[in-house]
Amino acid sequence: MFGYFLTRLGMFIPTFLGVTLISFMFIRVLPGDPIIVMAGERGMTEERYQEMVEKLGFDKPVLQQYWDYLVGVLHGDLGESFVTKKPVWDEFFALFPATLELSICAMIFAVALGLPAGVIAAVNRGKFFDRALMSSALVGYSMPIFWWALLLIIVFSGNLGWTPVSGRIDLLYYFPSVTGFMLIDSLLSGQAGAFGSAVRHLILPTIVLGTIPLAVIARQTRSAMLEVLGEDYIRTARAKGLSPSRINGLHALRNALIPVITVIGLSVGTLLAGAILTETIFSWPGIGKWMVDSIFRRDYPVVQGGLLMIAVIVMLVNLLVDVLYGIINPKIRRR
Amino acid sequence: MSLLDIRNLTVEFATASGKFRAVDGVDLSVDKGELMAIVGESGSGKSVSMLALMGLLPWTATITADQLSFEGIDLTKISARDRRKIIGKDIAMIFQEPMSSLNPCFTVGFQIKEALRIHLGLNRKERHERAIELFDQVGIPAPESRLNTFPHQMSGGMNQRVMIAMAIACKPKLLIADEPTTALDVTIQAQILDLLLRLRDEQGMGLVLITHDMGVVAETAERVQVQYAGQKVEEQPVKDLFRTPRHPYTVALLNALPERATSKLLPTIPGVVPGQFDRPKGCLFSPRCQYADDLCRSLPPTPHSAEFGKARCHYVEKIIAGELA
Amino acid sequence: MAELSAIPPKTEDRPSALREFWYYFSENRGAVMGLWVFAAFVFCAAFAPLLAPYDPTEQFREHILQPPAWQEGGSWAFPLGTDPLGRDMLSRLIMGSRYSFFVGIVVVCVAVTGGVIIGLLSGFAPKWIDTMIMRVMDIILSFPSLLLALVLVAILGPSLTNAMIAIAIVFQPHYVRLTRASVLSERQKDYVTSARVAGASKARLMFKTVLPNCLAPIIVQAALSFSTAILDAAALGFLGMGAQPPTPEWGTMLAEAREFILRAWWVVTFPGLAILVTVLAINLMGDGLRDALDPKLKRS
Repeated sequence: MFGYFLTRLGMFIPTFLGVTLISFMFIRVLPGDPIIVMAGERGMTEERYQEMVEKLGFDKPVLQQYWDYLVGVLHGDLGESFVTKKPVWDEFFALFPATLELSICAMIFAVALGLPAGVIAAVNRGKFFDRALMSSALVGYSMPIFWWALLLIIVFSGNLGWTPVSGRIDLLYYFPSVTGFMLIDSLLSGQAGAFGSAVRHLILPTIVLGTIPLAVIARQTRSAMLEVLGEDYIRTARAKGLSPSRINGLHALRNALIPVITVIGLSVGTLLAGAILTETIFSWPGIGKWMVDSIFRRDYPVVQGGLLMIAVIVMLVNLLVDVLYGIINPKIRRR
Repeated sequence: MSLLDIRNLTVEFATASGKFRAVDGVDLSVDKGELMAIVGESGSGKSVSMLALMGLLPWTATITADQLSFEGIDLTKISARDRRKIIGKDIAMIFQEPMSSLNPCFTVGFQIKEALRIHLGLNRKERHERAIELFDQVGIPAPESRLNTFPHQMSGGMNQRVMIAMAIACKPKLLIADEPTTALDVTIQAQILDLLLRLRDEQGMGLVLITHDMGVVAETAERVQVQYAGQKVEEQPVKDLFRTPRHPYTVALLNALPERATSKLLPTIPGVVPGQFDRPKGCLFSPRCQYADDLCRSLPPTPHSAEFGKARCHYVEKIIAGELA
Repeated sequence: MAELSAIPPKTEDRPSALREFWYYFSENRGAVMGLWVFAAFVFCAAFAPLLAPYDPTEQFREHILQPPAWQEGGSWAFPLGTDPLGRDMLSRLIMGSRYSFFVGIVVVCVAVTGGVIIGLLSGFAPKWIDTMIMRVMDIILSFPSLLLALVLVAILGPSLTNAMIAIAIVFQPHYVRLTRASVLSERQKDYVTSARVAGASKARLMFKTVLPNCLAPIIVQAALSFSTAILDAAALGFLGMGAQPPTPEWGTMLAEAREFILRAWWVVTFPGLAILVTVLAINLMGDGLRDALDPKLKRS
C-alpha cells in the first residue's frame, strides 16, 4: 500500500512540473506584448514600461524566469490581477468555495441517483426499466448543458417562477462569509429564510452541472455491474444459494464500485469544465465565471493562475482517487 | 430412488445466428455415495448440463427436461426461493478456475462463513469454529490466519481447497466437481483428487466428477458417462468401460492415453467437436470417426441397451466383435 | 475460422464478418435510428444551400422575432420563426449543420491520426520514450478539456478554426492512451510474436500486424468524440470563443438568443434541440458500434 502510494506520488511530481511549465508558457506565447495589453487604451511611458518588464522578470533568461515562477507558485505567489491589482492566489481562494459548494452538490446529486439507477438497470437487463433508464442516460450524456440550463430557466424560473435565475442568495440577505459555503453560512447567520433562499438558488445549477456526471455514472455502473455479473465468483455466489439481493448488492456491487469510483474521480475534470458554463449562465460567483470573465478582460495573470490551480485540483483529486482505489481494491492494498 | 435423476435434459442457447444446442437429450442418475464421472472433450456439454441442474446458466439458455429431480423433488417445478434452499446446501459445486471463482473483494473467511450463516443459521462463534474445522478438513495449514486472507494472496491449489471447504460447508448430499484439477499443477491435482475421494467416503455424499482426463477417471470413478457434442454416447461401470469400450469415440479416447500407446507417436482424434455451424446431419461423431460410412453420415444413431453401454452407434455389435477395431 | 469450415458436412454457414457486424449493429434499434438521423444530418450539411429557403444572414426587418408557423402570429414563410434580427431560423439551422459536421470531421481526423501514430510509437518505443509520452499526455489530461480549449482559443484568438484546433489538441491524449493500451495488450499475443519471428519489419509489425487489431476501440472512441467535438465547439461558440456572429453556428446562435429566452422560446429551443438530436444520434450510433465491435459484450 505504501509503495503503491509512493509510485503514485512519484508520477504526480513530473506532471505537476509539466502543468506549471504549460501555465508558465501561456503568458509568453500570447500574440502581442502582455504589458502593452495591460496598459490598455491609455498607453504607458517608456519608463513605466521598463519598470513593468523588470517587475514581471521579462528581462531575465527564460530558464531563470521559469525558476522564479516555480518558486513563486510554491510560495503561493501567482502574480497580480491586471484588473483588480489583487493577488491571484487570494482571489482564487475567495471564489473557490462557491465552485466547491456547487460541485459537491452536483456530485451528490449525480451519485445518489446514478449509482442505484445503474444497479437496477443492470439487474433488470433488457427489460423496460433498463431501456427507459439507459435512453434517458444517453440523452443526459448528449445534452448541451448550456442549452439545458436555458430550458430549465424558461420552465422553472420563467413559467413557474419557482427558482431564481442567478446568484447564490437573494440580495436582501446579508451576512459575513464564515466558511464560504452559502448553505452553511446562511444557517449560521440565523436569518429567517436565508437558508431556503440559498437552497433555491442552488437547485437549478446543481441539476445542470450534475446532469452529465449523473448520466456517466449510471451508464458506467450498469456496464460494470453487467461485467461483474458475468464473473466466475458471481456464479460461485449463486451456487452457494445466496439471494439475488445479496449477490447483486454485496458481491457484485462491491466489485463494480472499483471502476465506478474511478469514473467518479475522472468526472471532477468534467465537473470543473461544466462549472465554466454553468457559472456563466447562472452568474454564480465561482472560479468558472472568474476564468471566463478574465479571458474576456485579457487579465492574463488570472487566466494563468486559474489554469494552474484548476489543473492542480484535478491532479490532486486524481491522486486521491488512486489512493481510494487502492483502499477499495484489495488486490492493490495488500501488495 | 436415486439421489439425482436427470432424464432427457436439453439446453439451448440463443445466439446471434439462431439456437445452439449445447446439451442434447442427456440422462444421468447418481446414487447416494456414488462417484460418477462425466468425460468428454471441451465443448461436449458436460459442464453445461450440471450448470443447468444448479440453475447457473445465463438468461440466454433454455432448459427442458422430462425429469430433473433431486431426492424426488423436481427442481424445475419449485420456486426460485425453495431452490436456493437446496442449492448450496444439499447440492454443491466446485469449478475449474479456483482463482477467479472466489470473490476478490472479500476474505476467504467471509465467503465461507456466509454460506454457514445463510443455510445453517450458525452464530458468529459457531461459524468461526466451523470454518476453521473445514479448513483443517481440506488440509489448509494455519486455518485461523488463513481465514483473513484474500483469494489473490493464495495459490491456485489453496484456493481450490477453499472452494472445496465452501462446497462441503453445509454437508451436501451431492457434490459436483467441474474439472476441479484442470487449472492446477500436476502434483496438486493428485492431492485435490485424493481430498475429494476422502471427503466422499467421510460424508457419504454423491460425487459427480466432470473431467476430460481418462486417467483421472480410471483412478477414481465407479461409473462413467461419455459425452460428445452435447449427447451421451456411452455409459458403463469404469472397469467395463476400460475393458470393453462400446462407442468408437470412447475407443479413440482410450487409445489416446499415453499408458496405452503402442507406438512412439501418440494416437490422436483428428478434428474438433462440431460447433454451431458445422453440426453434421447423421451421427455427430461421424466426421471424425474412422469407421463412419454413409449410414453414419445420414442417419443419427439411437442409444443401445445398457448391455451395450447405451452406446449411440450404428455398429456397436461389430465393435464388440472386434470386426472394426 | 477457415480451418473449421474445411470439415465436410456442415449445415449452416458461419456469417461473414461484415454480415455479423451488421447483424449485431442492426439488433440495436437505437443505433439504427441514430444512423438514420446522422444520415439526415450529413445530407443537410452536404446540400445546405439547396435546402435552406433563405440566405441565413438575410435580415427580414419587418419579421423580427416572428414565432413558428403553428403558433399565433407565425407564417409558413418562416416555418420555425425568425430571430431578433429577422433572419429565418430554419435556414440558419440548416446552414448550422455544416459547421457542426465540419467541426466533427476535422477534429476526429486530426485527433485520431495524431493520437494513433503517437500511441503506436509509444507502444513500440523504448521504455523511457514511452514514459515521457505518457507523462505529457497526463499533463494535457490534467486540464479540463473545455478550459484548455478556452485558453487555447484565448491565445489563438476566437474563431471556429482555432476552436477546432484547440479541441483536436485536447482530444489527442485519449487516442494516444487508447492506442497504446491496445498495442501493449496485442503485442503479447502469439500472432505478433510469430510475425516477428517470421521477420516482419518494425513498421510492418506496427501498422499491418498490430494496428488492425486495435481499431475497434479507436473507431468507437472516434464516433463518441465526434459528438463531444460538436458539443465543445457549440459550448465555445456559446461563450463567444468559437464561431463569431453572424455565422449560423448552433452554439453561437444560442449565445445571441440568450437575452430573449423569456420572450421568444423558439430562438433558444431550436438550436439547442438541433445540437441535442445530432449529438444523441451520434452517441446512439457509437453505442451500437461498440456493441457490434466489442466481442466481450457479445452474447455467446
